[in-house]
Amino acid sequence: MSGHSTYEPKTAFTRWLDARLPILRFQAELMDYPTPKNLNYWWTFGGILAMCLGIQIVTGIVLAMHYTPETSLAFNSVEHLMRNVPYGWFLRYFHAVGASMFFLAVYIHIVRGIYYGSYKAPREMIWLLGMVIYLLMMATAFLGYTLPWGQMSFWGATVITNIFTAIPIVGNPIHTWLLGGPAVDNYTLNRFFSLHYLLPFVIAAVVGLHIWALHVPGNNNPLGVNVKSSRDTVPFHPYYTVKDGFAIIVYLLLFAVFVFFLPHSLGRADNYIPANPLQTPPEIVPEWYLLPFYAMLRAVPDKLLGVVTMFGSLVLLFLLPWLDTSKVRSMRYRPTMRWFFVIFIVVCLGLALCGANPPDKPLIPNANIGFNLGDNNINSYVWLSRVLTAYYFAFFLIIMPFTGWREKTLPVPDSISTPVLADAGAVAPAE
Amino acid sequence: MLRKALVLAATLGLSLAGAAHAATTSEEPKDVHWSFEGPFGTFDTEQLQRGYKVYHDVCSSCHSMDLLHYFDLGTPGGPFYDSKYPKPSDNPRVKAIAADFKVPDVDSDTGDAIQRTATPADTFKDPFANESAARASNGGALPPDLSVITLAREGGPQYIYSILTGYEAAPAGLTVPAGKSYNPYFPGDLTAQWHGAGPVPKGGLIGMPFQLTPNRVSFDDGVKSGTNQEAYDVVAYLAWASDPHQVERKQIGFSVIIYLLLLAGITYASYRRIWRGIGH
Amino acid sequence: MADTAATHAEDPSRRDFIHVAAAAGAAGAVAAIAWPMIDQMEPSSDVLALSSIEYDISKVVLGQEVTVKWQGKPVFVRHRTQKEIDEATAVDHDPAQFNGLRDKQTDASRVKPGKAEWLILVGICTHLGCVPTFGQGDYGGWLCPCHGSQYDTSGRIRKGPAPLNLAVPDYSFLSDTKVKIG
Repeated sequence: MSGHSTYEPKTAFTRWLDARLPILRFQAELMDYPTPKNLNYWWTFGGILAMCLGIQIVTGIVLAMHYTPETSLAFNSVEHLMRNVPYGWFLRYFHAVGASMFFLAVYIHIVRGIYYGSYKAPREMIWLLGMVIYLLMMATAFLGYTLPWGQMSFWGATVITNIFTAIPIVGNPIHTWLLGGPAVDNYTLNRFFSLHYLLPFVIAAVVGLHIWALHVPGNNNPLGVNVKSSRDTVPFHPYYTVKDGFAIIVYLLLFAVFVFFLPHSLGRADNYIPANPLQTPPEIVPEWYLLPFYAMLRAVPDKLLGVVTMFGSLVLLFLLPWLDTSKVRSMRYRPTMRWFFVIFIVVCLGLALCGANPPDKPLIPNANIGFNLGDNNINSYVWLSRVLTAYYFAFFLIIMPFTGWREKTLPVPDSISTPVLADAGAVAPAE
Repeated sequence: MLRKALVLAATLGLSLAGAAHAATTSEEPKDVHWSFEGPFGTFDTEQLQRGYKVYHDVCSSCHSMDLLHYFDLGTPGGPFYDSKYPKPSDNPRVKAIAADFKVPDVDSDTGDAIQRTATPADTFKDPFANESAARASNGGALPPDLSVITLAREGGPQYIYSILTGYEAAPAGLTVPAGKSYNPYFPGDLTAQWHGAGPVPKGGLIGMPFQLTPNRVSFDDGVKSGTNQEAYDVVAYLAWASDPHQVERKQIGFSVIIYLLLLAGITYASYRRIWRGIGH
Repeated sequence: MADTAATHAEDPSRRDFIHVAAAAGAAGAVAAIAWPMIDQMEPSSDVLALSSIEYDISKVVLGQEVTVKWQGKPVFVRHRTQKEIDEATAVDHDPAQFNGLRDKQTDASRVKPGKAEWLILVGICTHLGCVPTFGQGDYGGWLCPCHGSQYDTSGRIRKGPAPLNLAVPDYSFLSDTKVKIG
C-alpha cells in the first residue's frame, strides 16, 4: 500500500509472479511496515484479535460438520459432538470460550484506543471500521448463542428479538420478518445458523479494510505524537511479529485455563436444559459481554426509549472522534481526562454487574433502607443502572467535549525518539 | 394508548422478574466432595459402577438418559471399561447390560411395531413412550432427563446430592399438596402454603418423593448402601454421564499449560534478543 | 542509548538458536491445535458402534437369502442347499473350470469350516456397485441387472464385466444361530 519495502524478486519465478500478481511484494510490504518502536503491550491485542477470529472461524466450520440446525435435533447434535465426535468436546469448548476471549480482547483493544486517542484524526476511519466490526461481533455472538437451543438460547433470542416490536408502526412486521413467524421457532433457528456462518466472513473482510485504513497513517503510539523519521520506527517483522507472538501465547494460556479447567464458568446452567417455549427460566441473562447493554436497556422504564438508549450508547461510540475536542491525543498527557476515563471503565463494569442481576434486587440486601423513587426503590440494581447509564452518556456528550476544551494538559514530547535521548541526558520528560 | 400498554408491560415485566427472584429461596447445597473435582480429579470406577446400579434400580423407572448409548458404559473412564475390549461394543459386560432391555423397533418383514433386544449401539431405553405418558404417571410432573443433569443445575453435583438426601418432614403449618414433597434444597416460594408462625421456610415442593431409602440398592462390591452412600455414588455416576470426557480434558489441559508456559519463556527470550539495543 | 533502525538489518545473530526454538515451538502448537480439527472428521463413536452387527440366522429359510444392512451396505446372508454347495465345489475339483475363473478362489475359502451352507457376502457388484439380484443368471448365484455380471453359487464372477468375486466381509459365528458381521 505504502511501498515501504525494499522487495526485489530474486528468482525467475518470483519475477514472473511479481509482474502478474504481486502478493509476495504485498507480503514484504506488510512485514517491512515501519511501526513506531515504542508500542507497549496494549498494542498486541490487534494480533490477538486476528488469532481469535481465525480460531472462531476454523472451529466454527468444523463444528458445523456435526451440528444440526433443527429444533428437535440441535441440542442433541451438540451433545453428540461433546460425547461421540473425536475431540468434539475440545472443539465445542474452544469455540464457546473463544467467543468470550474474543470479546475480552476486543474490549481491551477498544479501551486502548480510547486511552491513547487512536480514534482521533487522521485515524477516524480505522475507529469507525472497528465499531462496525464490534457490532458485527455482537450480532454473530447473539446468533451463535441460540444454536445449542437450550433454555437460555431460546429465551435470550425471544427477549432480544422482541426489541424490534418497540419500533412504532414497522416494528411488528419487521419482527415477524426477522423470525419467519410469530415466535422464535425452527424457522428462526435455521436462518440464525445461516447468518451465524456468514457474518464472520463479513467481519474478516471489514478487518481487512480496518488494517488497510491503519496502514495509511500508520500506527498510533503511547505518546500520541506522530512518527517524524525512520529513527522512530522499526520494521514490523521481526520486532512486532515476535512481540505479538509472545502476547498471543500468554493469551492462549488464559484461554487454555478456561477451555480445559473452567469451561462452564462463563456460561449458564440453564442452557443445559433443552429449550421449552412454554416455560421461562427464573432469570434471562445474556452472556457477560452483552451485559452492559442489557442493563441500559432495562434501565429505562419505557420500552421504546430503552431500545433507543441501548442503540444510542453504540451510536455515541461511532461519534467519539468528533466528540473529543482535545488537541492532545494520548491520555498520558491529559491527567484530568484520565480520571474521567477510569471512572468510565468502572461504570461499564458496574453496568455489567447490573445486567447480571434482576432489576428489583436490592443493592444492599436485607436492609430496609431506601425509599421509592419512581416505580422502584433506590436501593435496587435498576436505580444503580440508571445512574451508571447517565454517566456513560455524560462521558461522551458532556465530559469529552468540555474537558478537551478546558483541561490543562502536560507537555507532549517532540517525537518518539526524544524521550529516549532525554533519558540518556539530564532532563526527564513528563510521564 | 399503545405507549400506556408498553409502559404497563415493561413495568409488569420488571416487577415479575423482581418478584420471582426475590421470593424464591432454598438452602445452600451441602458441602460434599467427590474424587472427580478439581484440576487433578478422576473418577472412581467402582463408585461409577455402584452409581450406575442406583440409577438402574431406582431412577431409571422414571428418568430417561436419552443422550447415552449403552456402549458409553464401556468407554475409557466409564464404569465398565475393560482394556481387553478397546471397542466398547465388544465388551461382554456392556452387551449383557444392553441385552436386559427391550427397545421399540419396526419389524422389517411386516412393518409392525415390535420390541427387540437392545444392543450396545442403542441409546438408553426411555421409561415412558412420550412426555404425556411420563407426566400422566407422575402427577403431571415431568421427570427430567438425567443425561446432563449435573451441568443443568446451579450447584451441580452438590445440589443433586442435597436434594436426594435432604428430604425433611414438612414443618407444622406448611400445607403440602398431594403428589408433592417438601425439600428445603429445592428452589421454591412457599409463601402461599405457609400458615405457621415465623418466617416462611426455605425450600420448595418437589414432584419426586424420597427415593434413596437405606439398602434399597444392594451393591455388588459389598459397600453398605445407606442413603448418603447411594446418593454419593449415583451423583458420581450422573456427573460422569453429564461430562464423560472431563478427566481426559483436565489431563490434556495440564500438558497444554506446561507446553504454553515453556513456549512463552522461549518466545520471550527470542523477543528480548531481537529487541536488544533498541531504546523504547 | 537510542538506536537506529539499521541495527535490525542483516545481523547474523538473527539466526540464533533461540529464534529457531521459538519458531519450532510455535509450529508445534499450531500442529497440536490442527490435529483435533482433522481428527474430528473420523467416524464418531456411535458410528463405530454400528461397525459390527449381530444377526440371528435361524430366520433364513433353506434355499433363500436375507439382505441385512451393515455399515450402510447390503450384505447377503444365503442359506445354501446341498445342490448349490455341490455346484460350487465341483468347480474347485475341475481344473479346467477352476482355471477359467477370472478371480480364482475355492468355495472352501469363502465359507467357514463346517458351515458351508452359510454364504455371507457383501451384496455390491464389483463392477460399478449395483446390487445383484438373487437366483438369477446361468450359474444359479446372482445376476447384476446393471451390466449383466453373473455370479455362481459361491458368489464368484463367471460372466460379464465384473473383475472380482463378491467380497466376503469379516464375520464369525458366535453360536450356531448367531453371526457377528464386521
